[in-house]
Amino acid sequence: MASLSLDKVSKIYGPRRQAGVLAVRDLTMRIDDGEIVGLLGSSGCGKTSTLRMIAGFESVTQGEIRIGDRRLNDLPPAQRGVAMAFEGYALYPPLRIEDNIAFGLLRARMPKAEVARKVADVARLLEIENILGSYPSTLSGGQQQRVSLARALVRGADLHLLDEPMSQLEPQLRAILRARIKDYLIEHKMTTVFVTHDQTEAIALADRIAIMEAGELQQLASPEDLKEKPANLFVASFVGEPPMNLFPAEVDSNNAIQVINRADEKAFSIDLDGAGDAAAQILHPGRKIHLGIRPHRIRVGPVGVNDGANAVARGMLLSNQWLGDQSHLGINVGGCFMIAVSDRDVALRTDEAVDVSLPFGALHVFDRDDERALLHGMSPAEA
Amino acid sequence: MIVKAVRAVLLALVALFFLFPIFWVLLMSVMTNQDILRSPPSLIFEPTLENYVALISGQLDTSVGTLEVAYMRNLMNSLILGVGSVLLSLLLGVPAAYAFARFRFRLGENIAFTLLSFRFAPPLLVLLPLLFYFQQLGLYDTYFGLIWVYQLITLPLILWIVRGYFEDISEDIEHAYRLDGHSWLATFLRIAIPLARPGIAAAALLAFIFAWNNFIFALILGSSDVQPVTVGALAFITASGINYGQIAAALVLSVVPTLILALFAQRYLVEGLSLGAVKG
Repeated sequence: MASLSLDKVSKIYGPRRQAGVLAVRDLTMRIDDGEIVGLLGSSGCGKTSTLRMIAGFESVTQGEIRIGDRRLNDLPPAQRGVAMAFEGYALYPPLRIEDNIAFGLLRARMPKAEVARKVADVARLLEIENILGSYPSTLSGGQQQRVSLARALVRGADLHLLDEPMSQLEPQLRAILRARIKDYLIEHKMTTVFVTHDQTEAIALADRIAIMEAGELQQLASPEDLKEKPANLFVASFVGEPPMNLFPAEVDSNNAIQVINRADEKAFSIDLDGAGDAAAQILHPGRKIHLGIRPHRIRVGPVGVNDGANAVARGMLLSNQWLGDQSHLGINVGGCFMIAVSDRDVALRTDEAVDVSLPFGALHVFDRDDERALLHGMSPAEA
Repeated sequence: MIVKAVRAVLLALVALFFLFPIFWVLLMSVMTNQDILRSPPSLIFEPTLENYVALISGQLDTSVGTLEVAYMRNLMNSLILGVGSVLLSLLLGVPAAYAFARFRFRLGENIAFTLLSFRFAPPLLVLLPLLFYFQQLGLYDTYFGLIWVYQLITLPLILWIVRGYFEDISEDIEHAYRLDGHSWLATFLRIAIPLARPGIAAAALLAFIFAWNNFIFALILGSSDVQPVTVGALAFITASGINYGQIAAALVLSVVPTLILALFAQRYLVEGLSLGAVKG
């Protein structure tokens, strides 16, 4: 059990002294002892390369990786004190499942009785007790994946790396195991880094999530902060389901935000009276911004019902879908299409005019040029 | 139903076409030269083992007297050359195949291709210069020299077949083993090689057969002391005529070792072909 720190780590594939493929650029993060961090991003964003550099299967082109005070860069994988669950399972074909799980422990000369107890524990946790005597080639993908996970969890290494640990599991089992694995990791104070492209999994399992895109770390924050305080436009659009509504906008001379629609016309405006000092300072006239609002923070009602929100715009209801536990509403406001989510079944008919309330507290403002966050709920975003 | 019958007949014809020569050679090896040369040929004759006796004793009785043949020695030479060159190729080729499969290094592909290109050139092209080299270096007429030149045949074969098998093995298994506290070398010896074993066995068998069947290198680069059966069989074409019976018996004897090997390694060959299905 130890902390992990990456300091300006870069990975460039390709021959030396030639322009190669940049997989990871200047990645700096510190993961505390016992913390669970998820690397989240779309394919090719550098998350797996990062994991493999930590494990020692890829050289580090630049920068430094440490576990505790130990510098890892030049250590062979065997000496790094790292356990890993592989996306491709990588079970030892000639060994039975229980021997596969116990392999690393026996190798570390743990007494046999203790190994047996640990294997039984983790097998119960992952519901693989009934296949302990089988060989890997007879198992389904989901079973092999759980064995691979068990083999990594049981090690009790300084650091545990999990590469897409639950991608092959059935949805119900995945939901159950997520919670169990999280309890197990917390109970054993295991420092863990896992890679996933599934937001739900990342949010459910991680203490903090690192969002990566094009080889760069976009934000490392708790799931709540990623939703409430996205650091930039990419994070805002990437995290959340359905995604955040984002529109280009501009501050005009009357101290109002003019939201611009796809045809480059003014769609609606939000009066900034009462938005506070911070907003007044940052949103000076002429500033080009992106305006964002999460679907579940938009309130939709019949025309004329003002529930005290700071900004109300009139639009047309395009779709109203009740999903059993929430409603998804599609609304056209002056040529801007936005989605609102309500947890009630909304009694509004499509093709009717509606009023859309956009409370100041729910608005996110991003700079149009460098796409950094400026304001969250009219308070300044931390630099 | 008809399709099935037609298929059976066709298969039988194909089998007959390929197996008949072998059957004929077997028959010839237990016939005297007179029986063999009788026209029209007949299946009714008195089987005799004298061809085998002559081969094993080394005394070849012909119409003009007794001739010494060293066929058993040739057989031994074939074994030494075949086993020796395959072992050397495995020693050099398996680690090289692993390197080509796992690591990208400067000129890697070029080196691998150069090794393969040994198979493109017809041996006759290089034989004469090789002969002069060998005489200068004292390699002419030695086992070592022949085993060396046999690497032209066996090394590329083993290298390229085994490389394919290594590439098929998931790298992650090796990674898992290394994370469990093992060195790079231990991983190669304990994980990569055992997993590629069917492929290595298949490649070794194939290389052995190729080496066994080689004729031209041994004909030019060695004397009868080191020559294998392929060249040794020439001795039965004598001044007084061609001893078909002995040639047939020699053929049968020379096929036996490879046949035994192939039967023994069959399991590996089948396993090797189905390796891809295990990956999960």
